[in-house]
Amino acid sequence: MSSPDLGNVARPGLAARAASTAAARALTRVWLFAVLFLIWWFWSAGSKSLYFPPLSSILKTLWTQWVTGPARAELGSSLEHLLVGYVIAGLVGIGIGALLWSLRYLRDATSPYIYFLYVLPAPVLVPAAMTLFGIGFTMKVVLIAFAALWPTLLNTLDGMRGVDEVKLDTARVLGVSPAGRVFRVVLPAAAPQIVAGLRNSLQVAIILMVVSEWEASTDGIGFYIVNAQQSFDYVGMWSGIIVLAIIGIVANLLFVAAENRVLHWHYGARAVEGTR
Amino acid sequence: MGNEVKPEVTTADGVTADVPVVSLGQVRKVYPGAAGPKVALQDITFDVARGEFACVVGPSGAGKTTLLRILAGLAQPTSGAALFEGTPLRSVPPGIGVVFQDYGRSLYPWLTVARNVELPLRVRGVRRAERAQRVAEVLASVGLPDAGRSYPWQLSGGMQQRVAIARSLAYRPDLLLMDEPFASVDAQTRFELEDLILRVRQEFGVTVVFVTHDIDEAVYLADRVIAISKSPGVVTEIVDITLARPRDQITTKADPAFAHYREDLLGLVMHRG
Repeated sequence: MSSPDLGNVARPGLAARAASTAAARALTRVWLFAVLFLIWWFWSAGSKSLYFPPLSSILKTLWTQWVTGPARAELGSSLEHLLVGYVIAGLVGIGIGALLWSLRYLRDATSPYIYFLYVLPAPVLVPAAMTLFGIGFTMKVVLIAFAALWPTLLNTLDGMRGVDEVKLDTARVLGVSPAGRVFRVVLPAAAPQIVAGLRNSLQVAIILMVVSEWEASTDGIGFYIVNAQQSFDYVGMWSGIIVLAIIGIVANLLFVAAENRVLHWHYGARAVEGTR
Repeated sequence: MGNEVKPEVTTADGVTADVPVVSLGQVRKVYPGAAGPKVALQDITFDVARGEFACVVGPSGAGKTTLLRILAGLAQPTSGAALFEGTPLRSVPPGIGVVFQDYGRSLYPWLTVARNVELPLRVRGVRRAERAQRVAEVLASVGLPDAGRSYPWQLSGGMQQRVAIARSLAYRPDLLLMDEPFASVDAQTRFELEDLILRVRQEFGVTVVFVTHDIDEAVYLADRVIAISKSPGVVTEIVDITLARPRDQITTKADPAFAHYREDLLGLVMHRG
């Protein structure tokens, strides 16, 4: 059989094939999880070990503690820190990134310090943040915001610097004001990269959410996990870890859903480019 | 330089029919470069009258794009005078529309076609109902009455350039500048777009300065062809094209006069360039 024939035969079934590949891809993602889950479930089923409790009892604790029980408060306060810190990081990151983009002198003057702060592992700032802001809400939010700021800031700056000159000239010709050019042209044109920065920031924010609760804290998931571990409640510790994983997955899903809404034009245009 | 061109007539109401839409007097543009300054335009002098269709032809590297940027107010001449309706061009005036060569770079992919076309009206504070009406009107004029809800990247190259033309006509400019607008579409589409621009120019009563390296295109479209030479750019010849209008891709191009103009200009560009 020659290859042109193959092409002709395949064409009528293209839509059906696309649907079946989508299903296959979904299956690829799920089957390994299912297998690992079952292995963990049965392997740990009869475990008497204090350190590796049965998955069934972990899930039971998950339900009684985190869904219906007292640990809901820890979950709530962690998510509050995360949300407030992340939103601040996003707004400040985009704001400062845009400011540095528009003021070349400031950008040149500050770039070494920004790089220094960017490469500094944020968890080492926990003691300093505790000294400055105590151990409460403020310390955690400041720490999350500060650490999560940099990926968004640097991506915003980079994305804005990459905006096509023709798009800016076009805006000038069409009579768009300088401020209008920032909001109508520069921001949307840089949006794909800004969103990539926000996604990195989200990951950093989740890490810092936990780390900020490890030391000298009285609430939050990180506190719960450390507290459980120190009081030999390994079932509780594992349940906290699973809750963290679920938060990570849900946050990512929400992010992707928002991204697909905001950047649908970008993915559409890229898909068209691919076929041309 | 002491040789500034003064506007001939400046009346109380500003613009009169006597004032050329475009007036360039000894325009010179020098770019600073690592290997010494580069003269992009040496000495450019010409006027474009109201309603005229002027084509600027020249080989690549003749500073055509620089000239167009000066005409749009996007760049300033190093010396000499560039006037739009009698007023020196210091920034982009509201009465000028520009169609760039690369529609993929000048259309905004995050806006639908209708939103792209609407943008200049929106920033001018035109009311919603009138905006919708004007958008529908210009899209119909360029032959895309149903494309408003699409995104530019869902359309073919020729259709995208039609959108760019519609956008630059939406705010009814006095002057339309076009920088090799049909250089990146196929020949068939190019002929269609040439005829489209001749039609809408009539419909909107707009003065056009059209930059191209294609002599056939220039002769076919223009009332007057301005030939400029390569580095440094100077005007080598201004040719009045008196071919009958309306023009037609087949009969106009078969006219012996067309061949004559073509030969004339080709000789100029090839020997001087």
